[in-house]
Amino acid sequence: MMGKSKKRNWPLSLLLVALPVVAALLCMGFGRYSLGIVRTLEVLFSPLTGETVSNMEWNVVFNLRPPRILLAACCGAALSASGIAFQSLFNNPLATPDTLGTTTGSSCGAVIALMLGLNMVAVQILAMVFGLLAVALTWSLSKVHGKNSIIMIILSGMVISALFEAIVSLLKYVADPNEVLPTITYWLMGSLASANFGSLLMGFPFIAAGLLIVYLLRWRLNILALSEDEARSMGIDLKKMRILVILAATMMTASCVSMCGKIGWVGLLIPHISRMLQGGDNRLAVPACISLGATFTLIIDTVARSAAAAEIPISILTAIIGAPVFISLLRKTGGLRSE
Amino acid sequence: MIFSVENGCFSYPKRKILDHISFTVEPGRVLAVLGSNGVGKTTLLRCTMGLLPWKSGRTLIDGVPMEQMPHRDVWRRISYVPQARGPLFSYSALDMVLLGRSAHLGTVEQPKAKDIKIAKAAMEEVGVTHLMDKNCSKMSGGELQMVLIARALTAQPELLILDEPESNLDFKNQLIVLDTISRLAKERNISAIVNTHYPAHALKISDQALLLNRDEADFYGPTAQVICEENMRRSFGVNVSVHSFCVDEKQYKTVVPLSIAP
Repeated sequence: MMGKSKKRNWPLSLLLVALPVVAALLCMGFGRYSLGIVRTLEVLFSPLTGETVSNMEWNVVFNLRPPRILLAACCGAALSASGIAFQSLFNNPLATPDTLGTTTGSSCGAVIALMLGLNMVAVQILAMVFGLLAVALTWSLSKVHGKNSIIMIILSGMVISALFEAIVSLLKYVADPNEVLPTITYWLMGSLASANFGSLLMGFPFIAAGLLIVYLLRWRLNILALSEDEARSMGIDLKKMRILVILAATMMTASCVSMCGKIGWVGLLIPHISRMLQGGDNRLAVPACISLGATFTLIIDTVARSAAAAEIPISILTAIIGAPVFISLLRKTGGLRSE
Repeated sequence: MIFSVENGCFSYPKRKILDHISFTVEPGRVLAVLGSNGVGKTTLLRCTMGLLPWKSGRTLIDGVPMEQMPHRDVWRRISYVPQARGPLFSYSALDMVLLGRSAHLGTVEQPKAKDIKIAKAAMEEVGVTHLMDKNCSKMSGGELQMVLIARALTAQPELLILDEPESNLDFKNQLIVLDTISRLAKERNISAIVNTHYPAHALKISDQALLLNRDEADFYGPTAQVICEENMRRSFGVNVSVHSFCVDEKQYKTVVPLSIAP
């Protein structure tokens, strides 16, 4: 253990970068049209090597699968990063975009935009505004005598989630059952099927900015997790720091929600696994979290699109995998202590 | 650094807590703050540090009002040691102590080799080097309190503010904490403001004492004068006997509670 927190661990950093890349290459070959890793690489480098490839192979490797794989990786990284940021910020291992109501709030905003027939940018912006609104409501609701207790945050998150869920249901109820309703319903289940380079380009800047903020502030996240007085006595501008982290995390969540609907569990599962592997220090846990989140979601999405004849909604899979893993995790670590 | 509070007042909506508090702490001196439960000791510390705004009055650092100083500058000169309460996430002791460098680093800066060296020196100073890699959430109260003192020292402050640092600790750990505060004051010239429930501890380590009272004027002055049988009865409603005795030619003082005052 000595030296773990002192020296930069190059092999580990390299592994964290390599993991999603290798997973992406592997997943690229998977699907209805199977390629295998060697053939995928051959096709990928064919412009350089002059290898002859069929039209189909070219299309799969350069047009069909990359947007979806990039989207899965981006969303996985974004949801995990916002999970770990929220957990430090609220000093609460159960705080995630899902439990705080951010996801539901964002999806409510996105549904409104979809119903009004607005374009992708408006969907993102409305999703973000409603996501922020949800966090703000959860935060203020949970404040009793100027203190946010863990249990109150979770409870008010549930209440706010339920509220926005009800609004979404109401909107679905009044939505046009032939045109709008199927879109909304399928989208709410979470799907990356509609991925294309255009929509990716729209959401990517928000995700990249959010990831960058969380990554750069990763050491400061350790301070945010202390009690309020302690954090302020570390000489940081607590209010500014909190707002920045909330903005970054909500921006990422809203962007994911507007691109591929609700993907649950990632924001809870991956930060916990990262901390189990790396310890509580966010300097190490945040990079691990981003890398593992991207890899995990990538693999899950590959299963979602290739396991059955019809595509399985990804949030069903994350829940089926997430719930048992999380329960065993909780039992092993004895609940709230996350190590 | 001369740290002083001038006519500090604070009240909650229904209740007046602190009424015209004034004190001055000079370099290398220790001030003990005493008072019964709920009288406002922690509130006093929070106001003193600017974590809670005074209703009126002010805190001065070398004669400059604290609110006129940049936040970061203040926290490079004073450091706060809260009551030991483990973090929810599992930081190692070294990670925890390193956080003390925060006021010296830019917003997106990470601690560097120099900061790690300072953190390790602080851990050595209070004798917790052996805990370096231990998880803070698995520490005993005594270990964690010493780690928090090391964290405060890592900011290289001129004044430590400690909130009941020896409460909830066993006999030996209490002595370790108290000796550390005394030693830092004498050898390193780091002054301290300490909240305590134990009059005997105030007598042991402090030069001055501030005894907060609920309904009347507070007592402030040299510790030996403030902690007397008469004042103890008025502040705590307890009849005490203050004893002086000698062991190996060293003078010790103790406060023995006798009975509840009628």
